[in-house]
Amino acid sequence: MHPAPSVIFFTVFSGIGFGLLTFLGLGYPAVTGWMAFAFFVIAYLCAVGGLISSTFHLGRPERAMKAFTQWRSSWLSREGVCAVIALIVMALYGMGLVFFGQRWGLLGLIGAIFSLLTVFTTSMIYTQLKSIPRWNSPLTPAMFLSFSMAGGALLAGQVRWAMALIAISGVIQVVLWVQGDGALKNSGTTLATATGLGNRGSVRAFEPPHTGTNYLLREFAFVVGRKHSMKLRIISFVLMVVLPVLLLAAAPFSHGLALLAVISHVAGALASRWLFFAEAEHVVGLYYGKR
Amino acid sequence: MTTLPKSTDRKLGLVIDLDTCVGCHACVISCKGWNTENYGAPLSDTDAYGSDPSGTFLNRVHSYEVQPEQGEAQLIHFPKSCLHCDDAPCVTVCPTGASYKRVEDGIVLVNESDCIGCGLCAWACPYGAREMDAVEKVMKKCTLCVDRIYNENLPEEDREPACVRTCPAGARHFGDFADPDSNVSKLTAERGGMDLMPEQGTKPVNQYLPPRPKDTLSEGAGDIDILAPYLEPVAQEAKGFLGWLDKTLEKL
Repeated sequence: MHPAPSVIFFTVFSGIGFGLLTFLGLGYPAVTGWMAFAFFVIAYLCAVGGLISSTFHLGRPERAMKAFTQWRSSWLSREGVCAVIALIVMALYGMGLVFFGQRWGLLGLIGAIFSLLTVFTTSMIYTQLKSIPRWNSPLTPAMFLSFSMAGGALLAGQVRWAMALIAISGVIQVVLWVQGDGALKNSGTTLATATGLGNRGSVRAFEPPHTGTNYLLREFAFVVGRKHSMKLRIISFVLMVVLPVLLLAAAPFSHGLALLAVISHVAGALASRWLFFAEAEHVVGLYYGKR
Repeated sequence: MTTLPKSTDRKLGLVIDLDTCVGCHACVISCKGWNTENYGAPLSDTDAYGSDPSGTFLNRVHSYEVQPEQGEAQLIHFPKSCLHCDDAPCVTVCPTGASYKRVEDGIVLVNESDCIGCGLCAWACPYGAREMDAVEKVMKKCTLCVDRIYNENLPEEDREPACVRTCPAGARHFGDFADPDSNVSKLTAERGGMDLMPEQGTKPVNQYLPPRPKDTLSEGAGDIDILAPYLEPVAQEAKGFLGWLDKTLEKL
């Protein structure tokens, strides 16, 4: 799959933003007044910034409001609805904390639930696609949710939670990579089933339909070199898991080290999300002999 | 509404005969022509006369080589367009309701004025039947020439999809799969019509007829032709200057 920067930024930053909102909604850290204001600004910058960047890949962003209508069947529509509910509820909850010094616990709980639901619906947009076997796995939502919670805990300053969640997200990520490497093969979709010619002999793409490129090849047939993919996986794992955990574990704890941990984790998460798209093999590539 | 209908009154679709298709790409061109000049946004080309031409097509013809365990390899031309699936994954993912499957005839369409160009339907389609138009920024797909098949301004013989109408080999057939006595249902039953990627669970309406076995060249080797003995090489040994040269070079 073509790794579109807007979607990579959106999924990483909105995931972290909604993760932070989840922790704030549950009362960690228990802040009020200006401190709460600062936390909410960071959370909203990440969450809303991510959502806005996601509209950059739309062909017709001026019609984006229509995307709220099909929540009965579409995970993308559900994501939009959940995100708006989460942002409105958390804004009311945040107002209580910032301006009235009051923590309206029930509102925070509802906001936290919808924040997590937003991340879950985002992940289901990818998980539901049988056409992309690497994503079509229960581990995809587990990966998105654990990343979101880990990033949220990190920004919320919940050091113990952050260390545990980062470690968990790292394990899920590694399992997803390993499982994903065999996903296309295990899906049973091959050039033989794609053409229906498999029972006659071995099928080989002989001539493509056109000499130039097209939308399908640009969007779906992106191939990342195997060698680079392994290097990038290692770099991403070190940045998002190993370094942050070491930095957080370092005694004495300091905000400078915590900031470094955040930067390292986010950089690693961006690399991992780039791989999430770049390594995903769409079955349409089979028709072009690209798998 | 992007929920799929439980059932459709009719199931209009195509039968594509892989035995008959000669790979001339006439269906590709007539499709591009009709769907650029008629319903919906035109199918754009970018850099059409430059070094990196690219365009939107709703129908493309691939060619595959099939090598059986024994015998000659066979070249099979393979036209591919939207299969108007009963369980169309492209429809349910649409966030705006722009994609829908019609209850009356089962055709899968895009309402271009509702499409936000997010591309998710093209991601969901395993067949690559949907293409985002680079100029109009909306999703384009085969309409089964919905503006031809019901068009009373056209002579009756033209009321079928442009690709079917134009195919010089008669490799494409249009009809109603819900009617067991229709031309397409009969063809599918007679020739063993098949689904593409059945494991994806899309329940495609369009059916592909497998090619009949063709080449028997390697059968009965040694008995190629009664005239073959007369075609044996006459001169087994080279003579004259060339013969001398051959022998001399051989010795070196």
